[in-house]
Order: sequence, then structure tokens, then C-alpha cells
Amino acid sequence: MDLLSPIKDHHSERRMFIARVLLSSLIAVLLLGVVVARLVQLQVLDHEYFAERSQGNRVRIEPVPPIRGLILDRRGRVLAENYPAYQLELIPEQLVDLDDTLTRLAALELIDAEDIPRIEATAKAGPRFKPVTLNARLTDAEIANFAVERPRFPGVDFRPRLVRHYPHGEAVAHAVGYVSALTTEDLEEVEAARYAGTSQSGKTGVEANYETDLHGYAGYRHLVTNARGRQIAVDTREVLDALPVDAAAAPGDNVYTTLDLDLQLLATKALEGRRGAIVAMDPWNGDILAMVSAPSFDPNQFAIGMTPDDYRSLTTDPENPLYNRAVLGVYPPGSTIKPMLALAALETGATNLTRKTMCRGHFSLPNNTHRYRDWKPEGHGSVDIIEAISQSCDVYFYEIANDIGIDAMHHYLDQFGLGSKTNIDLRNESNGLVPSTAWKRERFKGRDPSEQRWYQGETVIASIGQGYMLATPLQLAVAAATTATRGTRYQPRLVAAFDDPLDGQRRILDPIRVGTVDVDNDVHWDTVIQSMHDVMHGLRGTAREAGLDAEYVMAGKSGTAQVFSVAQEEEYNEEEIEERLRDHALFISFAPIDNPQIAVAVIVENGSSGSRVAAPIARSLMDAYLGYGDAPQ
Amino acid sequence: MAMRLSETQKLLAGTTEPLGGFGRLLNRFNIDGPLLSALVLIAAFGLVVLYSAVGENMRLWTNQLVRLLIALVGMLIIAQFPPDFLRRWTPWGYAAGVLLLILVLVTGEVGQGARRWLDLGVRFQPSEIMKLAVPMMTAWYLHDRQMPPTPANLLVLAVVIVVPTVLIARQPDLGTSLLIAASGVIVIVLAGLPIRIMLGLAVASVPGALVLWNFMQDYQKQRVLTLLNPDSDPLGAGYNIIQSKIAIGSGGLFGKGWTNGSQAQLEFLPERDTDFIFAVVAEELGLMGVLALLALYIFVVGRGLFIAASAHDTYSRLLAGSISLTFFVYVFVNTAMVTGLVPVVGIPLPLVSFGGTSMVTLLAGFGILMAIHSNRKLLPR
Repeated sequence: MDLLSPIKDHHSERRMFIARVLLSSLIAVLLLGVVVARLVQLQVLDHEYFAERSQGNRVRIEPVPPIRGLILDRRGRVLAENYPAYQLELIPEQLVDLDDTLTRLAALELIDAEDIPRIEATAKAGPRFKPVTLNARLTDAEIANFAVERPRFPGVDFRPRLVRHYPHGEAVAHAVGYVSALTTEDLEEVEAARYAGTSQSGKTGVEANYETDLHGYAGYRHLVTNARGRQIAVDTREVLDALPVDAAAAPGDNVYTTLDLDLQLLATKALEGRRGAIVAMDPWNGDILAMVSAPSFDPNQFAIGMTPDDYRSLTTDPENPLYNRAVLGVYPPGSTIKPMLALAALETGATNLTRKTMCRGHFSLPNNTHRYRDWKPEGHGSVDIIEAISQSCDVYFYEIANDIGIDAMHHYLDQFGLGSKTNIDLRNESNGLVPSTAWKRERFKGRDPSEQRWYQGETVIASIGQGYMLATPLQLAVAAATTATRGTRYQPRLVAAFDDPLDGQRRILDPIRVGTVDVDNDVHWDTVIQSMHDVMHGLRGTAREAGLDAEYVMAGKSGTAQVFSVAQEEEYNEEEIEERLRDHALFISFAPIDNPQIAVAVIVENGSSGSRVAAPIARSLMDAYLGYGDAPQ
Repeated sequence: MAMRLSETQKLLAGTTEPLGGFGRLLNRFNIDGPLLSALVLIAAFGLVVLYSAVGENMRLWTNQLVRLLIALVGMLIIAQFPPDFLRRWTPWGYAAGVLLLILVLVTGEVGQGARRWLDLGVRFQPSEIMKLAVPMMTAWYLHDRQMPPTPANLLVLAVVIVVPTVLIARQPDLGTSLLIAASGVIVIVLAGLPIRIMLGLAVASVPGALVLWNFMQDYQKQRVLTLLNPDSDPLGAGYNIIQSKIAIGSGGLFGKGWTNGSQAQLEFLPERDTDFIFAVVAEELGLMGVLALLALYIFVVGRGLFIAASAHDTYSRLLAGSISLTFFVYVFVNTAMVTGLVPVVGIPLPLVSFGGTSMVTLLAGFGILMAIHSNRKLLPR
């Protein structure tokens, strides 16, 4: 010991140490008392409050998506249903080795090897308990295959889900439309609470337009979960019993379309291998009996979810299968508008029932050498208004065109529903175009006045449905239907009724009458309809072959529309150009003539001849609808 | 001692009856029976709770069991060193610890945003060494000096304590650095630091707290603010405390039953197997379980203080007192943190929380206590 240091007094030092220990102990006891007091406060005094909160903690509200309504045809046959499908899922946190699992699944051909990077990215991005879809739809063979291998794949399992299924896929694709995954934009539009738990929504057709009716309301159920929201697989009955009652989901309405599945299938078959559209409707209420656009696509692909490559091949297909030609495609209506123009000519006095014209196969305006050709180079000879329609004489219409005038043409064609939207219950529809002097001024506004002026020559070609004039197949069907009803026009519709699956209540939509054609002299209707009768049944009627041996009397009008240019961005190929330069074949009709029940418009792109190609299709549809045809398989 | 021993004192003092065969065996190997029993009881209690807190994960549980056994063996080995030997080597241990702390700041491995680990063949945290080295060094310095310490001595001691504290705070590991500082300060207090100086320091701690505030990382400041008002950010910083209080409160008097705590089992309670394991005890075993555990802790602290009081020399006395009281500080800070009385600092519940390193240090400390206790008889009274 250092001698210089003060002498240590061991005894007093020890006494002081003990005093300090006692002091420290006192402080420790006090501090511990605070903790114990706190524990008593939490566990005894506030126990009930915390017990309640811990109960609330483990319960999560989970939305239950509603079952989407069925889409039915007019006789209740299913066009869109919900089909249980099995999907293969993987739960990342239950996996031992993600890479290895995926490689082995690919070896079993349960997943696409090219899909592995995408699956890996998804699996690593989300919460680890959240299932990742590997294969949206397993075939029965794949399910069987996987069931055997299942023990080798912990964390991978198949799970049932409801998938929208279209049993008649391609045949109803454009009218019924399809559902596909909700996009960010969709989510901004929909009511969040209603769509909780929903992953798809209608994108086109009836599916899109009646989305609100079809969807229904989401319900809720309470789940016992852990802090990360994963459902716990423990016996939780006593917890769940104490919970508020779950709200059941309200299923969507079943929607009755106006479509007739038989007609729809028949029309699809008729257009097989072609591009074109068919619209058949009930003239007395606007019910669309058939609406087909060809080529079509399989809407089930959208419902299941397709690969980006599949989608790209659909959108870049030069045949454009996704495009609904029936309502979006615009075509020069050609001679199909002649009956309507004849009515205009008769009503305006531009012609009369007895006037005859000598058709020599061509026509020229006064003081002009330009020859407007008839489709028949040698001419039709002397024709009256009825013959001019039944034989489709162009010269007759060229001659009276400027006596009617483009604005009167517009006035009458507009009343038949041409040149403006029909307001069918679909989201997208083309306007079509019926020109007028006012339209041309507006269209070429700001340009040279000579470009804004309407020329007589333009009226001449408008009289045979060429030039600026454009119509959709649907508009032509409406025009035919309006002729059938002698001037009463109904708004075309695809849906007529809704059934609430819960209470069985049916909601029926009334047909909407949108207008009438102003006709002063009813004889003019007789004339027009007689001429359309002669097209089908007259000795020289253009479509007499299509009208042959019919067991009922029908009215029709063929049309052939010139194709001016080939679509630009396509690969050029000798045969292709040839085919694509051919005229479009058009046909409108209705039957039976004295009690019309169906009006049909048919367009076959590059079909060359309305009477030979389009008319027989219309005939077969009418046969079937009126009960004279072969039942489609 | 002349005064009559109360029953508690008898218990803390260990048996006064003649030693049986097992008692002799313990004695021979410098093992303190009462202390060992209490520690093993706490560890067993901890293992039972931990089994539930790790979600019945046998791998983690076995892991902890093995580390506990290693730590117990370590404690028994350390108990064999005479206190004089430890005292002689104290300055060297302290110096080595400081060097390692500097090394860790320069080259240490980063884990969870802090440099705490050093890889010298074995990965370890040098701050663990300081948990024992600081009180040992403080006691060593005071060993042959007059009590109470003079102001000059206090200044030297301040340096001894502040250097490692600052080094550890820089890692950053505020919780550990404060505990290490506390272990040193406790030695000085036990050595008879005048009451007026303590009061003066308490007053001075107000500006000191402000300095400390500036030293703190944003997340640490957030913890303090959160304590004051946990509901201000219930899903963010306040989440731990809110969930912990729900767990404790919902446990009630008798708890929800072992492995049945919904807060713990459904993972609402964060850090359920480490810093917040006390809430698991409270939730599953209720107030009764918590009091039982606290009683065991109190017994350990009491027995430690008894050993300190009966120790012969200054070094042993101060060191034993500091180790016992620091153990109490651990228990207090952890339980106060989990019950929302003090800010969230990363202090595990001794012998119960999952984790090996701190357990080894802790039991090494008790090994020293045992060494001190068994050596008292060899020295003249």
C-alpha cells in the first residue's frame, strides 16, 4: 500500500458502504413499486379496456366479392357465366427454395419456363404470405398431374376461384363483350366499397355497359388474423361468435339480352372465314336479335388473363378481330339506301310513280362530260322507280339526285337513323356520315371556299350511297327496320330485362321509340316496300336467287360499295391486294313483308356482290328466325 | 453480524445450518447455492416463456438453451478466479476493452444501422466487455484510496467512465452506453459520493439532458417523443408501446394462458422474443406470473447486495454492489420501457430475452459475485 495515501478506515468505510447499499435498495424498491403500480393499473384497473383492444386487434374485415350476374340470351340461354376454375398458387413464405420450386414446376409443364422471372419478381415484391398466381387456369389433366406431385411442392397449391366463362365464346364476343382485370383507371371510376375484393370488370359490350347491374355489392366477413393480415388457421369459433354479423355480398343482376343464340351462332357460321358484320333486329322494339362481327376472338382469354404476347398478337392482327365492325365499322352504304332515297324523291316530288328513265349505262350532268357509270355497262333500258330499285339502276337515281338535293337526302336519311349514333346500349359506336351542304361547310371550315362548296356531282354519287356517305351495319339494320315499320324507329338495344337473383324480381326495360319518318302519302311506303319485294321476288330482282322458294315474302335491297384504297400499314402481297380491293357486299332486308318480325343488315368486306354473297346470309337468318330454317347445331 | 437475522435476511444470507453433502460440493467449487438457484429458476422461467414467444420454434428455443448452458458454465468458471486475481488484471482488461471499442468504430461490422460487432475469429460486441470492465476499473481505482473519494479522484473516475460511454454511444448504442455509465456511477455512489454532489449532479442533469438530446439520433429522439404521446403515431413509432400495453393490460390477473396470448402469438407485439418479452409474460401469465418473475429478480439483487455487504475488501464490495444494482437497473429499465414508463431503449430482460451475448456477460458478472462470496472466508474478518 502506498504510504503517502491517507490511512483507510476499514470499519467506517464498511459502515458507509452498507448505508449506501440500504439507500440504493430503498430507491430500487421505490422504482420497482412504480413498475408494479403500473402493472396493476394496466392489468387490473384498465384490464377490460385492453382486453377489448386485443380482441379488436386480431379481427380483420375482409371483403367478399359479389357473384357477377349471368348474361342470358332472350330465351334464357347462358351467354356469360361464372365457372369454377382452379388456379395454381405459391405462398413465398412457405417455400424452401423459390428457384428450385419453379424449375421443377416448369419441368412438369405446370408453368411456362419463360414466366419464371416474372413470377420471381412478383413473389419477391409482395408480402411473403400473399399468394402468387402461377397458372390462372389448370386443366383437369394438370390438376391430376399436380395432385400426384403435391407432396414435393410445399407452399404450392391449387385454389378454386370463379372465372367468367363464355360458353359460346367467339360467337357472342362483340355483343356480350368480356371482363378483364381492373385497371388503375377503372378503380378511380368505381365505388370503392362496392368493388372491394373484385378483381375484374366489364371492358366491352354488354359486360361493360351494364357493369353496374352485373357487378352487385361486395359483402364483408370478419377474419381472425395476425398483425400482418394473414388469416390464422386456428380454432377461432369463440372469437368469431362475438363479432358483428358478416354482411353477405349482394350478387349482380342476371341480364337478359335481346340476342337469339341460334341466330347468333348461325350468323357467326355464315361469316366464318370472312371479314364483315351482321345485325338482325326486331323492327317493333329495337331488340338486337343477332350482332356478329367477324373475325372474332375468344373472350375467355381476357377473363382468364392472357400473356402480353397473346394480347399483342390480338391487337396487331391485320384482320382486327377485337374491332366490333357491327357498330364501329363504317362502310359506304351503296345501293342499300336507294329505297330510302326513293321515298325522299317521291315525297319531295323529284320523281313520281309513273316517271320512267332510259338507262343506257351512264349519266352525265348538263354541260359536263364526266360520265357517271351504272354498274351494268349496257344499261337497264327504260325503268320506273320500282324497277330502278329492284334492278338497282344507278342512272335513274343519278338523274333525280339533283332534283331531290343533298339537303333533302340528308333530311330523310337522318330520319332513318343514318349519319348519327343509334344510342344502342354499348359504350362505343360510330356516327356514320350523311353529308349535307352545312356539313361540308363545317367540315372544310377555314379552307378555300371552293373546297367548302357542295357540288352537283357529289349529290350524284351520294344518290347511290358513295362519296362521303358512310354507315355502320347497325345503322343499316335500323334503317331497314324503320322501313319495315313504315317509319317508326326504335332505339336498338341489346338488353331488355334484369332479374334480381335474390328476390326474383324482374325489371323490364320499355322499348324506346326515337322518331318517325315524315311521310305525307302512304302510297309512297307501298311503292318503296313493293320495290324491295321485287328485289327478292321480282323477275329481274337483283337478289331473286336469295328469295327463291321462300315460304314467306320478304323485302330486301342489295348494295355494293367500292373500296377506294387499301388499308395503309399492311404488308403488300399480290393476292392480298387483289382480295382487299374487291367491293364490299351489302344487304338489308326484312320479313315477312306484311307483318315484319325481323330486319337484317349484312356486310361482307370485299365480298364483291351484295346480292350473291350478302343476301343469302340474310335469307338464312330470316328462315331460321321465322321457323323455316335448319336448326343450327 | 450482531443483530438478529430476520427470516428474509436468513434467506438472503443462505443457510446457516451445517452444510450437507451437496452444499459442501457447491462450496468446494466456490458456488453460491441461493444465487445459483435463483438464477436457474429465472432462466427456466425464461425458457418456458421464450418457447411461447418464439412461436414454439424449437430451433430457436434449443439455440437459446445451449447458449444459456454455455453462459452458466462460463459463470462457474469465473467463480473459480480469486477476486485479487481479477483485481490485478482489471486495468489491462479495461485498456483492452477501450482499444477494441476504438477498433470497432473504425472497422466494425455494421448490423441494423450500427457498428457494434467486431470479428476477431469470433464475432462479438466489445461493449459487452465494458459492461464488466467499467465497474471493475472504477472499483480498482477506489480500492486503495480513501473513502469518500476526493474531487480529484472523482475527476479521474469521470474520465474512466465517460470514455467508453462516449465510444459506445457513437456506435450508436445509447441504451448500452447509458447502462455502462450507470454501472460505473453506482460504484462511486456506493463508495460514498457525498449526497450534496449527487444532488448537484441531479440539478446539472437538466442541461446535461439537453446535451444528450443533441447527441441522439433522430430515431432515439422519436422514441422519447413517442413515450410522451404514443397515440400520436399509432402505426409508426408509437406502435410498439401501444401493442405492448394492450398485451400487458389484456393479460389481466392470471393471463390468457401459456402460448395463448393473442398479441404475442398473432405477432401484434413487436420484438416479442427479445426486448418486449416481458409483455408476453404479462399477457400469457398475467399479473401473478409477472410478480413471480419480479420476486425472483428481487431475490437475486438482494442476495447480490448481501454478498457485497459481507465482502472483505473495497474492490470486491464495490464491484459486487455495482453488479447487483446494475442487474436491477436492467430489470427496471426493461420493465419500465415495456410498460410505457420510459422511452424505448434496446435493453433486454435479463436471462429471459432471446439473445446470447448479453447473457454471457450477465452470468459472468454473477460468477464474479460467487468468487467474491466464497473468498470472504479466506480473509480475516
